[in-house]
Amino acid sequence: MSSTTDTPTETPRDDMRDAEIARVCAALGSSVVDSLVKSNDDMWIRVTADAWRSTGETLKTLGYTYFGFISAIDWLPSPYGRGEDDPTAPPVERSTVVKQGYAGGDTRFQVIARLVQPFTTLGINIKVDVDDSLMAIDSWSQVFAGANWHERETHEMFGIGFNGHPDLRNMYLPTDFEGHPMRKDFPLLARMVKPWPGIVDVEPLPGDDSEEEGDAS
Amino acid sequence: MSLLGDRQQLAYIAAQAADARVNVELETEGMTLNIGPQHPATHGTLRIIARLDGEQVLWADPMCGYMHRGYEKLTEVRSYPQVTALVNRIDWLGSFANEVPFILAAEKLMGVEAPSRAQHIRTILFELSRIANVTLFLGDLGVQLGAVTPVFFAFRDREYVLNLIEGATGGRFHPNFDRIGGLKDDLPAGFVDETRIVMKKLRGFCDQIEDLLFGNEIFQSRTRGIGVIPKDVALQYGMSGANLRASGVDWDLRRDQKLPLAYDKVDFKVITHPDGDSFARCWVRLQEVRESTRIVDQLLETIPTGPIMAKVPKIIKVPEGEAWVSTENPLGEMGYYVVSQGDMGPFRVKIRSASFNNISITPWLLKGVYVPDIITILASLYFILGDIDR
Repeated sequence: MSSTTDTPTETPRDDMRDAEIARVCAALGSSVVDSLVKSNDDMWIRVTADAWRSTGETLKTLGYTYFGFISAIDWLPSPYGRGEDDPTAPPVERSTVVKQGYAGGDTRFQVIARLVQPFTTLGINIKVDVDDSLMAIDSWSQVFAGANWHERETHEMFGIGFNGHPDLRNMYLPTDFEGHPMRKDFPLLARMVKPWPGIVDVEPLPGDDSEEEGDAS
Repeated sequence: MSLLGDRQQLAYIAAQAADARVNVELETEGMTLNIGPQHPATHGTLRIIARLDGEQVLWADPMCGYMHRGYEKLTEVRSYPQVTALVNRIDWLGSFANEVPFILAAEKLMGVEAPSRAQHIRTILFELSRIANVTLFLGDLGVQLGAVTPVFFAFRDREYVLNLIEGATGGRFHPNFDRIGGLKDDLPAGFVDETRIVMKKLRGFCDQIEDLLFGNEIFQSRTRGIGVIPKDVALQYGMSGANLRASGVDWDLRRDQKLPLAYDKVDFKVITHPDGDSFARCWVRLQEVRESTRIVDQLLETIPTGPIMAKVPKIIKVPEGEAWVSTENPLGEMGYYVVSQGDMGPFRVKIRSASFNNISITPWLLKGVYVPDIITILASLYFILGDIDR
């Protein structure tokens, strides 16, 4: 999933995005760790944490002036599954293997940002690994003004710091809130108390009793 | 064009000058004004703390979070079909439009494409929810500025649209009608004729609002040149939708992006305005309602026949991968970054809502404005609290 060679053979070539990613990689040089193009879909690059801020600046000069979003992904599989466990039963053993998505990764937390070239709607997703011991990267708030709030949100939800951010106050949560809710090991308490019956829901289709797959009504 | 550009520039310079004046000339005692969280101008519970010097704002700081419902966390414990019920409630005035990008992202990951009839009906309902949403904005706009009459017209005419949505989906506000691979049901009998009549009524409503509000001298003097957002600033903050187009950026995801929706089959104008002020933002929205009614009219002519569901498994498991889909929602660009690890539910969903970015400009924009203009600017930026807080 994480390598550039993983494109199905039948998809048509996407010369525009191939050329674009080559241009971006050439401009960013050695700071690009990995890149991925999905034909007629989207582009992903992963950069080193040191180059995070300069990546934003470079991409801005390359025409990616529209700020999409900044957020983070916690790649740890949730120790609580999807909240389907019976709270009275002994805890279920779950895998703790961290498996990153497109453009790879080495750390549990990754920050992801999206920038778009206005008018062409050619967008690029930029990922960066966040070192577990540092838990901080540089801020983009001086590069894209809109990053300010997104970084505040990411900070409170994931506990990732942004060096150089003017004011990392909580965006949504009370100031004295403990923990980082979007981390996978932060339990969703409502589900811990009582498993939600809707978890097994499969909507019955009208007039369809057969077990076979598919519905072409 | 150049004339309007000059005016925009002058307004911008004036705002900057006002800012400087506050800092050096006036030495009045400052005051902190708290607006909200319960304030009619905020469509929900946005709280704004403004530090004033006389009548001018030194800085303003919006406080979000009064309606944070943690949808991003909740999506991780739901299956894909169940997520639509959640995302319906993000922008509650245009609910159906919230479902579409999420479903499209899931379909993209699964490699499924809805049949053309389903895409067509999706587009119709998408535009209907835009009309319902922005209609209320146009009425509400009057209330913010002290004109109470338009809101009654708005509620009256929005009702027609909601009836249509209810007739087709069963839900007035939260349709939950979109399914991976198509739609829950086909359109009811008589929907097409009924919709045509309503679209005509809505165009009448637009004329009425244009007469009542946009031609009004008080309205004009309170909105023209107020809250000017230059083009490059708007892009930097990631503003989208009518707010961006009112700053002269000719960019509409309906036209500029290839998605399995029926927008390529219709002919419509993308409305822009060069001024970037509050008036421009309101004016662009009014024209967009008109344009949307035309889009719906054209789509009604050409609904293809065929199934409304593609072949999808009964229990939906989405293959591993990541996908980003965004659409031009009533409030602006709304996108979902969906990460799947081959499970029944998403691994992570980042909801990029339009209002969050649109409102993040307010600390910059409200600097140096006068107190009554705070309300005008917030009204013209048009946000839904659920869309900021998620």
